[in-house]
Amino acid sequence: MAEVSVRKVVKEYDGGVLAVKGIDLDIADHEFVVLVGPSGCGKSTTLRMIAGLEEITSGEIWIDGDVVNDVPPRDRDIAMVFQNYALYPHMSVFDNMAFGLKLRKFPKDEIKRRVDDAARILDIVPLLERKPRALSGGQRQRVAMGRAIVRNPKVFLFDEPLSNLDAKLRVQMRTEIKKVHQTVRTTTVYVTHDQIEAMTLADRVVVMNHGIIEQVGTPNDLYHHPATRFVAGFIGSPAMNFMPCRVQDGANGGLDVRVSDSITVPIPPARLDRYGKFKGKNMVLGLRPEHLFEYHEQGKPGWSRVDMLVDVVEPMGMETMVHYFVDGAAICARVDPATHAAPGEMMPLTADLNQMHLMDADTGKVV
Amino acid sequence: MSTSVAERRNAVAAHRKNSLHRQRLWALWGSYAALSVFVVMFLVPPFYTLMTSLKSSAEISAQTGSPWLVQHPTLENFWYLITYPNFQRYYMNSIIVTLLTVSVSMVISILAAFSLSRMGFWGSQTLSTGVFLTYLVPPSLLFIPLFQIIGSLGLINNFWCLVLLYPTLAVPFCTWIMIGYFSSIPRELDEAALIDGAGYLQMLWKIFIPVAMPGIIAATIFAFTVSWGAFLYPLAYLYTSNQMVLTVGIISDLIRGDVFQWGKIMAACLLASLPPIVIYAFLMDYYVAGLTAGSTKG
Repeated sequence: MAEVSVRKVVKEYDGGVLAVKGIDLDIADHEFVVLVGPSGCGKSTTLRMIAGLEEITSGEIWIDGDVVNDVPPRDRDIAMVFQNYALYPHMSVFDNMAFGLKLRKFPKDEIKRRVDDAARILDIVPLLERKPRALSGGQRQRVAMGRAIVRNPKVFLFDEPLSNLDAKLRVQMRTEIKKVHQTVRTTTVYVTHDQIEAMTLADRVVVMNHGIIEQVGTPNDLYHHPATRFVAGFIGSPAMNFMPCRVQDGANGGLDVRVSDSITVPIPPARLDRYGKFKGKNMVLGLRPEHLFEYHEQGKPGWSRVDMLVDVVEPMGMETMVHYFVDGAAICARVDPATHAAPGEMMPLTADLNQMHLMDADTGKVV
Repeated sequence: MSTSVAERRNAVAAHRKNSLHRQRLWALWGSYAALSVFVVMFLVPPFYTLMTSLKSSAEISAQTGSPWLVQHPTLENFWYLITYPNFQRYYMNSIIVTLLTVSVSMVISILAAFSLSRMGFWGSQTLSTGVFLTYLVPPSLLFIPLFQIIGSLGLINNFWCLVLLYPTLAVPFCTWIMIGYFSSIPRELDEAALIDGAGYLQMLWKIFIPVAMPGIIAATIFAFTVSWGAFLYPLAYLYTSNQMVLTVGIISDLIRGDVFQWGKIMAACLLASLPPIVIYAFLMDYYVAGLTAGSTKG
């Protein structure tokens, strides 16, 4: 097991395309770090540079205290799980898992012991003699993980390992991966574009966009204290609501947020100092769907009533999503499934402004 | 009312089904007719060869009865050839030349295709196009300059010159097939092997060759066919019977002046066709799979 450090790493492809623009990241021993972001954000390139499958244009990558820029993948003592499993189709499950150990000339009984141990952890003992084509997607992914585990490497690298699985299996395998990490405790770098996967698996999440790191933090940090509008919108499902707004003077020396002609809400007193200096500036109000719910007469401090025209109602069983349009901005509220909301009707809602985020409209930074 | 609608629906469905059935039937008949013409065109010569090989010289020259039928079948032509030392020598020479040609061609092709398709070095794309372009140069254009090269190597009238020459015909196409096949193997497999600790040669030997076996078999069959059936080069470079291979040996030995020993020539052709027939029969499935994969991913 080992620490991994990525220092000022740049990746420029032929033709001047900058995939990674000088990122810094330190991953602690035993840590499970997830790189998440939209397609083309540089997360897979970063992982592949750590693996040694891509050359680094500039910067340094450290694994377990050594710079590995010029070390070939096989000497980095890493193991990687690929999106499409990358199992050797002509070998049995046992041989697939044993391949790396055989190349490293491990004794036969040691290979058998390690493969059996990994197979037990992953519950694939009955599959050891099968060829990959005789396995389901989930089983193949387990074998791919087994191949990584048997090597007992310093670092596990996962490149979107669940993307090829159906939704149900993905949830199941997600739990399996978490269980495996709790058992073997190997430092893990995991790439995904699925923010739910990132949130559920990670000790820390690294949100990337356009080749830079937007924010690094625990899942709760990112969810509750996003640093930028991009992170606020990327983390959470349904995504955070964004409404263009302006901060203006309110009643009794307070401040209001004016969203539209019909929607003006007071900023909670605890935030007055923080937001006072943005008075008169174009800002963006961010509010998560769960902080916009059905109106109750008995409110709490920081709760404000807003009335919106219902556009679409989506019952989901344990909750109902109601969509609205406010001055062209799509807004979503997460309400009680017993709601009587109907399309075309005005609906009174409570906005919990204690949970509001205010962003600079130009820079996208959360203030 | 609803019953009549349902009946009409059923009638339309039945009509559609019948119409599809008729169309399929016509298509099948068309295919059978076209294939029958094809089969007749290609099977008549071997059939005629077989019939003639089973006739005695007297029956062939008698020219009585149908030339397509044998009146007094005999294996004397086959027996003659099997016990004829020159024919045995030609056969043995062909086998040696072909085995070596196939081995040399496949080693070169596999290594070339692997490096061209996977190692991504500077100019690899141009080089792989260049490899294919060499295949387009007709052998008949090359045999005069090659004569000088072979002469300067002192290999005229030595069947080893064929081991040197045939790969020039086989390697470009085999490499092309293998490039296509190797390119169809997902790149993650190389990366997994690299991370597992394999070097490039280990990756080729332990991953690529087993996975690309259908492509390798297709290329092997091609190299075999090129070597076994080549006529021009042995005709140009070999002239004594102890160096001769089957294709030219049969012609030069069994046609004496204006005397054509048709029965023996035909029997020799059949005996010479045996190895390709056996190899094709056993490996045809692999051959087709290999060519298909190469064509879609090349």
